[in-house]
Amino acid sequence: MGNSIEKRAIVIVGGGPAGLAAAVAAHEAGERDVLILERDTQLGGILNQCIHNGFGLHTFHEELTGPEYAARYVAQVDELGIERRLGTMVLDISEDRVVTAVSATDGITRIQAGAVILAMGCRERPRGALAIPGYRPAGIYSAGTAQRLVNIEGQLPGREVVILGSGDIGLIMARRMTFEGAHVQCVAEIMPYSGGLKRNIVQCLDDFGIPLLLSHTVVDIEGRDRVEAVTIAEVDERMKPIPGTERRYPCDTLLLSVGLLPENELSREAGVELSGVTRGPVVNERLETSVPGVFACGNVLHVHDLVDFVSQEAAAAGRSAAAYVARGEDAAAQRVDIVATDGVRYTVPAYLSGSDLDQDVTLRFRVGGVFRDRYVSVYLDDERVRHAKKRILTPGEMEQVVIKADQLRERAPHTVTVKLEEE
Amino acid sequence: MAQTRELTCIRCPMGCALTVELDDSGAVTSVTGNSCPRGAQYGRDEVTNPVRTVTTSMPVVGASHAHMVSVKTQTDVPKGKVFDVIAALAGLTAQAPVAIGDVLVHDVAGTGVDVVATSNAR
Ligand SMILES: Cc1cc2nc3c(=O)[nH]c(=O)nc-3n(C[C@H](O)[C@H](O)[C@H](O)COP(=O)(O)OP(=O)(O)OC[C@H]3O[C@@H](n4cnc5c(N)ncnc54)[C@H](O)[C@@H]3O)c2cc1C
Ligand code: SF4
Repeated sequence: MGNSIEKRAIVIVGGGPAGLAAAVAAHEAGERDVLILERDTQLGGILNQCIHNGFGLHTFHEELTGPEYAARYVAQVDELGIERRLGTMVLDISEDRVVTAVSATDGITRIQAGAVILAMGCRERPRGALAIPGYRPAGIYSAGTAQRLVNIEGQLPGREVVILGSGDIGLIMARRMTFEGAHVQCVAEIMPYSGGLKRNIVQCLDDFGIPLLLSHTVVDIEGRDRVEAVTIAEVDERMKPIPGTERRYPCDTLLLSVGLLPENELSREAGVELSGVTRGPVVNERLETSVPGVFACGNVLHVHDLVDFVSQEAAAAGRSAAAYVARGEDAAAQRVDIVATDGVRYTVPAYLSGSDLDQDVTLRFRVGGVFRDRYVSVYLDDERVRHAKKRILTPGEMEQVVIKADQLRERAPHTVTVKLEEE
Repeated sequence: MAQTRELTCIRCPMGCALTVELDDSGAVTSVTGNSCPRGAQYGRDEVTNPVRTVTTSMPVVGASHAHMVSVKTQTDVPKGKVFDVIAALAGLTAQAPVAIGDVLVHDVAGTGVDVVATSNAR
């Protein structure tokens, strides 16, 4: 392609809450040349279909619904006059930050970006990933697809419903389908605990007498054209179904809420190093990926349950991108690994760039099980610098711990370790 | 007759299992199982006057893109009225343009609470 390439300072891929907060923060940091590319016909991302309330308690100190939360950020982006292209899907990002996008109005366009912010969100784990035998009749939906059908399209996917997986979207949809007149028989969860927020279990299941069957899974689906029944059995510690515990539930719909995966095809092709744990990019304290000038935030980086933390994280990415454009690449420094161990599954960031820090570092992480009365400890080499008691830690709730910049500067550690300790 | 109610506190991720005891008149005599005072308050409120915000959606006509507009009760309504609110909204259709915060139904199901739009439809 010989035609001239458009040049932009910051290109943001995705106009969900992460992309919007990143754009606002980059603008506020002084960078006026910011462009958001969004494949959908509106900004706001997944929040547009999350019509329940519970968003924004941390950011706005009130409980908003998803569309209301999104609208507040869209209003800021509008007010600042930040450019956005809707109906524009990014197809490729090159290692030297040439972004290729396609839209019905402009066809294929190529943009040379000073910095790129990845904010593509996540998608649901597909049902093919589930080892359920039998046919693939109609009536099996991911919970998020059902959510879109009901809330955006105004269609009810079915009337007699069984839900597999107790992720938040599944819980929310149990209530939503009940409101729309469907009968939700139960939610089966293969793990001995729910990955969803307690609040959702109480307000979406308990309120309506919908049983949550822990350590249970679907072992059979009946029906050729449409789901007619599913069979659910209890599982043992190794998650194998226990013979004799099967129970058949006649139904026409099975919703799957079995997890979310960061959407990283574009990142992978750009040469961005991905984590085997989060499935998102491996980033440093500036939320910069292994490709210089490419930053990541929100659900594409790691799956969040609270949008407030998405907005905070994305604002940090926006500021980092603006600083990168203003200042250029840093001289290579010795990277400092952050080791996640003893119950801590991962941290974001996964390492520190090693260059001088002017700001405290917020480490976000998840634990690998349910832990009571533990300390979250941070070590700089062998010295413990944080030791915070937590009454409970669960895999469903993201945690965070802050390391002070002056401590990092003083100690100049070779490694940072984050772990849970009993005392 | 004295009663006992079992519930889960949702004020924080601990999720303490609460036991709330009521006397003959329905007054709370004790809350146990809570690990902090917030739990006692939650247990008392949840048993004597449980409330919920109802969120749902409504078809909208005359909008360029949207088929549905999302709505909520402007404030909490008694938990026992949730299905009355849902029933009162069934069959209603909104007319575009609708903006966030527009009142679509006044005093829904006799709760004294309005139903407002939570999304825009133009
Ligand atoms: C069903 C559900 C319920 C939730 N409930 C709550 C809740 O009750 N409270 C709470 O605080 N949080 C909740 N969350 C979490 C919160 O909403 C999400 O963490 C947040 O929306 C993530 O924001 P994001 O911008 O990273 O991703 P998204 O909102 O998914 O936005 C990503 C955007 O990128 C666009 N995009 C992707 N690929 C491309 C491409 N190649 N080119 C152009 N654009 C692209 C997408 O179209 C989308 O608009 C919920 C999440 C889900 C999924
Ligand atoms: S009682 Fe206190 S500690 Fe227990 S869940 Fe409620 S708020 Fe949390």
